[in-house]
Amino acid sequence: MTTAKHTLVALVEDRPGVLNRVSSLLRRRNFNIDSIAVGHTEQSNLSRMIIVVEGDDAKVEQVRKQLDKVIDVVKIVDITNNETVARELALIKVKATASTRNEIIQIVDIFRANIVDVSSDSLIVEVTGDEDKVNSLLDLLRGFGIREIARTGRIALTRGGAGPLLVEESREVKAPKPPPKALPSEAESPPDW
Amino acid sequence: MKKTGAQILCESLAREGVEVIFGFPGGALLPLYDTFPQYPKIRHILVRHEQGAAHAADGYARATGKAGVCLATSGPGATNLVTGIANAYLDSSPMVAITGQVARPFIGKDAFQEIDITGITLPITKHNYLVLDAGDIARVVKEAFHIAQTGRPGPVLIDIPRDVFQQEAAFAYPERVNLPGYKPTLFGHPAQIKKAAETINTAERPIIIAGRGAIISKAFAELKELAEKAQIPVVTTLLGIGCFPESHVLSFGWLGMHGMAYANKAVYDSDVIIAIGMRFDDRATGVVSSFAPQARVVHMDIDPAEIGKNVRVDVPIVGDVKNILEALNQQIVPREHLGWFNQVDRWRDEHPALVIRESEALLPQYVIRQIYEITKGDAIVVTGVGQNQMWAAQFFFYDKPNSLISSGGLGTMGFEIPGAIGAKVGRPDDTVWCIAGDGGFQMTVQELATIVQENLAVKIAIINNGFLGMVRQWQQLFYGRRYVHTPLSGPDFVKIAEAYGVPALRVTDKKLVVTAIEKAMDCEGPFLIDFVVEPEENVFPIVPPGAALVEALELPRPEKVTRSSK
Repeated sequence: MTTAKHTLVALVEDRPGVLNRVSSLLRRRNFNIDSIAVGHTEQSNLSRMIIVVEGDDAKVEQVRKQLDKVIDVVKIVDITNNETVARELALIKVKATASTRNEIIQIVDIFRANIVDVSSDSLIVEVTGDEDKVNSLLDLLRGFGIREIARTGRIALTRGGAGPLLVEESREVKAPKPPPKALPSEAESPPDW
Repeated sequence: MKKTGAQILCESLAREGVEVIFGFPGGALLPLYDTFPQYPKIRHILVRHEQGAAHAADGYARATGKAGVCLATSGPGATNLVTGIANAYLDSSPMVAITGQVARPFIGKDAFQEIDITGITLPITKHNYLVLDAGDIARVVKEAFHIAQTGRPGPVLIDIPRDVFQQEAAFAYPERVNLPGYKPTLFGHPAQIKKAAETINTAERPIIIAGRGAIISKAFAELKELAEKAQIPVVTTLLGIGCFPESHVLSFGWLGMHGMAYANKAVYDSDVIIAIGMRFDDRATGVVSSFAPQARVVHMDIDPAEIGKNVRVDVPIVGDVKNILEALNQQIVPREHLGWFNQVDRWRDEHPALVIRESEALLPQYVIRQIYEITKGDAIVVTGVGQNQMWAAQFFFYDKPNSLISSGGLGTMGFEIPGAIGAKVGRPDDTVWCIAGDGGFQMTVQELATIVQENLAVKIAIINNGFLGMVRQWQQLFYGRRYVHTPLSGPDFVKIAEAYGVPALRVTDKKLVVTAIEKAMDCEGPFLIDFVVEPEENVFPIVPPGAALVEALELPRPEKVTRSSK
C-alpha cells in the first residue's frame, strides 16, 4: 500500500490532557506525527487539532476511527482529499553578512516573506504559506547557512461555506439523530455517526 | 446542604445502583472509608490484593451485566489494579475503578504513594478522570457509569485526591450526561441492513459467528430467530460461548486456535459470514491471509473501529446488534441449506475433537466432563488461563449466556479465584465453579481469605499438572520438548486451603473424581479439590502459529469414530 501524508482535523474538548490522549494513541499505533497544531475555535470549550501523519489509507482510517473513540474527541475527519486551504508559519534564522544580506533580502521579497530581525551576522525571516512554499524558501536559504528554524506545522480549513467540521450550536445530548448523509471523504464507507 | 467529597461519592454510587464495592483501604482513602458506615446499603468486600479487587469487579460485571466497582488507594494500590483494568478493557467489561490520590498540593511532586494513575491507565480505559474539586464528583460519577455501561462497555477510572474527599460542596446529582464526544450508534443504517439481508438471502453456505457482543447486547432471541429462520449454522468465539444454546441442532461449537475442527472448517468453506459482536481476534481467525478466502463478510458491531480492522468487510453495520438483528430478521427470507448443513454435520462426525481418550490415568478433560455431568450444566464456570481454560470451554456444554466467564483478550492468569468471587457475589443463588490451573491458582491464592471472610460458596477445582501447562505444550510441539522454566512446583494445595479455612480434598485416582465433586456440591460453603492430573496432556485441536484455521493439529483419532454425547 502506498503511504502518503494525511491531514486529520479533530474537534476536541478543551481540557487538560486531551493532547496527551491523542498523541498516546498515535504512538500506540506506531504512527509518527509529522506535525500537530492545536488552537481555540469559535466556540469556547472546543479546540481544533490538525494532525499530519504519514501512512497508508487503511492504517490512517483505522487511526481515525480509534481517535474517534476517545471521549474528548468530538469529531474527527480526514481532509486529505478535500479542497482545503493549508498554511504554515516558519521563522528562519539565517547567517547574513554585509556581503550576503542583499541577496537574502531579494529572495525574501520574491517569496513575499518578511524580515523581522537583523543583527550584524544574521537575519530572522518570517514566512507564511503552504508547505511547498516554506520548503522552497528553506532550500534557497540553506546555501547561506541556517542557524535555527521554528515551524508551526500545518493548519487547514476546508474550502466553501459548510465544512465537515462545523461546530454545532447546541451541546445538549438530544434523541438519536437519523443517520447523517455521507461526508465527502467517507463516500465509500457507510456513515457511522 | 453541603456534604464532603466522600459523602458525595457514596451518594452518587448509591444513585447509580451500586450494591457492592471490592476494595482495599490505604492512607489516601482514609476519609472515604471513615464515611462508609454512613452508607450501610453499599456492601464493601475486603480483598487481599488490589488485583483481586479489579478481577472481582470484572467477574461481577460479566455475571450481572452491571458495572463492577473496585476501589484502591494511591500509589501501589492503584498500580495493582492495572492488570485487572486492562483485562476488563480487552474483554469489554463495564467497570468503574476508583483510586485515592495524594492531596492536591502534593500532586506532581513525587510524594509518598503518589503515582500518575490516570497517565498509566490512558491506553487501557475508555476514559479516566482526575477530580480536582468535590463539586465535580457527582457529574464525574454519572459520566463514568454512563461511559462504562453504554456502547462498547469498558473500564473507567476515577482518581480522587485525599483532600477532595474532605472538601465540602453542594450535592446535586445531574439528570443527564453532557458528552458531545461520545454518542454510540445504536441503530444500524437501513441501507446497510437491506444489503446484508440481500447477501444472506442469496447465500449458499452461510455461517454465523457470534461473539461477546451478542451476549452484552442480550441478542439471544434475535440471534436464534435469524439462525432458525434461514437455517444457518452458528459457531461462537470463546467469549461468545453461551449466546446460542450448545444443545441446539444448529450449534456447531466454537472456532479458533483451540476450537472445534469442524467449526473452523465450516467457517473456511462458507460463502457468507455473518459476524455478530465479534472482532476477528487473531486467536479466532488463525493467519488472517487465509481466513475464509471465499466468504463475503457481513460484520455488525457497536464499535466502528473494529469493523475492517483485521479482515476485509463487505457489508459493515455499526450499531447495537440486538437492534440490528431485529430489523434484519424482518427482511430475511425463510430458507433451508440442507446440503450445507449436512456437510457441516458430517464434518462434526469426522472430527470428534471432544472424545476423551480411554485411559486409567486421571485426565483433566474427564474432570471437566464430570463437573458438567454432576451440575447438569447448571453452573457458572470461571476459568483461569491456559490449558485449564481450553478444557473448561471444550468439555463443558454451555446453554445459557454468561455461564462461562473467562479472560479471553488479555488472558490473565490469576483471574480465576477473584473472578469467581465476583461472579458469586453477583449471582449468589447460582453454583459457581472455579477451574484453576496450578500456576494461576498461586497468583491470586490470597483471595481464599476473601472467600472465607465473606462465606462465599465457591467451588474450586485445581487442574494440577505441575506445569505451566499451555506454555509447556508449546515447548513440546514447537520447541523440541525443551521445558525451560515450565515445571512448576507448588505447595500442598489442600493444606493451603485448609489453612485459609476452606475444606479441601486431593484426588489422584480417576475412580474418586465423582465422589469428590459430589462432596464439594454437598458442602454448604466453599470447597477446594486438588485434581492431580496427567502431567503432559495436550489441548487439541491446536492451530499452530502462522497456520490457517483448517490446518489444525488434531488428537490422533481412536479406531471407532463416534459422536460425543451431549
